[in-house]
Amino acid sequence: MSENQMNGAEALIQSLEKIGIEIMFGLPGGSAIPLFDALYKVRRKMKFVLVRHEQGAAHEADGYARATGKPAAVLVTSGPGATNTVTGIMTAYMDSVPMVVVTGQSVRGMLGKDAFQEADVFNLTMPIVKHSYLVRSANDIPRIVKEAYHIATTGRPGPVLIDVPKDVGTEACTVGLEAEMNLPGYKPEPKGYGPETIRQIAEALAKSRRPVIIAGHGAVLSRAENELRQLAETLDAPVATTLLGKGVFPDSHRLSLQGLGMHGTAFANRAVVECDLMISVGARLDDRILGVPGEFCKNAVKIHIDIDAAEFGKLVKPDIRCRGDAKAVLQDLLPLLKRGDTADWLKRIEGFKKKWPMGYAKKGGLHPPQVIDALNKLTGGKAIMATDVGQHQMWAWQFYHCDKPWQFISSGGAGTMGFGLPAAIGAQFGRPGETVIAIVGDGGFQMTMNELATAAIHKLPVKIILMNNHYLGMVRQWQDMFYDERYSGVDLEGNPDFVDLAKAYGILGLNLKRAADIPKVLKKALEHPGPALVNVEVVHHEEVYPMVPPGKPLEETVLCHPRRKPGRPAGRKNSRPAKAGAKNA
Amino acid sequence: MNKDISAHNLSIYVANRPGALARIAQTFSRRGFNIESLVVSPGATGDFSRMTITAKGDEAGLEQIIMQCSKLVDVLACREHTDEEVVARELVLVKVAVDSGHRGEVLQIADHFHAKTVDLSEKSIVLEATGSSEKLDAMVDLLRKFKIIELVRTGKVIMARGERET
Repeated sequence: MSENQMNGAEALIQSLEKIGIEIMFGLPGGSAIPLFDALYKVRRKMKFVLVRHEQGAAHEADGYARATGKPAAVLVTSGPGATNTVTGIMTAYMDSVPMVVVTGQSVRGMLGKDAFQEADVFNLTMPIVKHSYLVRSANDIPRIVKEAYHIATTGRPGPVLIDVPKDVGTEACTVGLEAEMNLPGYKPEPKGYGPETIRQIAEALAKSRRPVIIAGHGAVLSRAENELRQLAETLDAPVATTLLGKGVFPDSHRLSLQGLGMHGTAFANRAVVECDLMISVGARLDDRILGVPGEFCKNAVKIHIDIDAAEFGKLVKPDIRCRGDAKAVLQDLLPLLKRGDTADWLKRIEGFKKKWPMGYAKKGGLHPPQVIDALNKLTGGKAIMATDVGQHQMWAWQFYHCDKPWQFISSGGAGTMGFGLPAAIGAQFGRPGETVIAIVGDGGFQMTMNELATAAIHKLPVKIILMNNHYLGMVRQWQDMFYDERYSGVDLEGNPDFVDLAKAYGILGLNLKRAADIPKVLKKALEHPGPALVNVEVVHHEEVYPMVPPGKPLEETVLCHPRRKPGRPAGRKNSRPAKAGAKNA
Repeated sequence: MNKDISAHNLSIYVANRPGALARIAQTFSRRGFNIESLVVSPGATGDFSRMTITAKGDEAGLEQIIMQCSKLVDVLACREHTDEEVVARELVLVKVAVDSGHRGEVLQIADHFHAKTVDLSEKSIVLEATGSSEKLDAMVDLLRKFKIIELVRTGKVIMARGERET
């Protein structure tokens, strides 16, 4: 078939292949049949993965991108097919993940007439996409696909949506696949700063005696891990990483403070409280990091490096703002740096680490952090970890130690329950030879567990570690701490037998009920060649600490739970702290 | 919460693509900015539009809006202009109920503001005036002692003075 005999749908699939999309996740429907027909007829190399629910398709594309740095595509039908992807698109948008989402749409003549499975997806998704298109002519397709990929992957990455009316898919495309982009307003400059800004930053760093570096997802996305390490080692400055920045600075490094913020380490939070200079490399400084925005690093010089100018002053007003790609900025900055004079500061931080070490309970049942710690040891910290959202996510962040970026995959900004399993599946497609572990809770897992089918069919050796506490644990923790133990809507009674469930899909299912069995059962799952699910019956009541209570500054990081007498009536709370002096960091 | 709520003039130069206006409007509404007036018109060249927006809100919110608008893929430029930097004009059509007894007084006011009579009937008169928003406010205020039946204003359009870009 020569190019000028293509229809719009074929042009779309061929354009996606040509631009470099290697994998597509999706599920068809009436309006998308021409697109799937093209997939059948003209697809050559691009892999297509049929999901069981469109939300899974978006999260799988997301997990693929977060594990590889390359965008994947999503292909779904109009109306409900498209709206089912909305959570996944929003998740990718909040965390700056590149993605190309193609949605079928009713024929052009029926738009706005409430046709069967018609939804105004272009407008519905507008606040959660980096950009979007409603294709009006098949001849626009090669250009739109090229633009969409370019927009999704450059500057601050994000999802781009292409809505394709059914009759645009069947219309002849007569222009060929070579297309010129036409994006006069789009300027994703990697260097939106001048030498003066770099000089100012270097001067501020030279003056600082108590610097802290905060590294976020932007440092990962720009592949700035080597420059970041040089920055830290030259300045002799400690580094805290955000949830999405995990691994961009090695957790095992002597200068690592690990995570900061609401469930960060007490020593990271204390370092941020006491620093005289904070330099953020590709972190957007969101509310989960800041505690109280106005109190954050109140007396410190604040330097903010971000590729997105709209992040400056959104919550924290920086003293020096530097718009640019993290790697490019650090490359320009490094030659100007002097060795840091921070010996006293590092000594003080060592004191924080000794005073408030990370730990967890080992007695009285099975504790999630124990399991994470064991996984960390069994995999040497080298597995790709995809988490769901909730308590287990925070424990995974705290106790799985990564030394590399692109390894810890978690829904940060959106906090999307149901993300973990499909994200792990996407990651496994992207890095087939590596160990991929999905850490999930019994709540979030049940939101997208239909994707077990995808893992089974493709024999993906994803290991699902299900922390089953029969609760929506994080909400219960808040109700416990801030709502006088009024547990409302958090009891997951009627959970299925997850081992039987796994077996029903042909997946190895294992129970883990005793601490003594942890290494044996986890090893069995890890060594199994195919997918495996471990149902971990953890203690029902356990809280994530440290914690910065919502609305409190980082100074008020709480280390452990004020113990209550058992059997106390609901609605009353013992405010007595557990250990004198241990409450506040 | 918002202590400094003042009106701001924004000029946005944007590629004329479907959805561009909706994206910009969302940026304002999500951040609680009330758009007082919005004028969209073709730009001087090709496929571009010029939007002139007058909106009320605080300075910090405005800075966010300008940056958020600037990063929209279709937006080439988004700038704020103070009143001093620009020529600002607005057009008003106002229909006033008048009988023969008051017509002379209404026409006197119109004459003072260089307004034109564009329609005249036994019971009403339609005036057209252009000028700064303040001038039009003053005229409309004076006309309020008669019965204003209808009032339509175009909203402010602005252009930067001299070499400055709008």
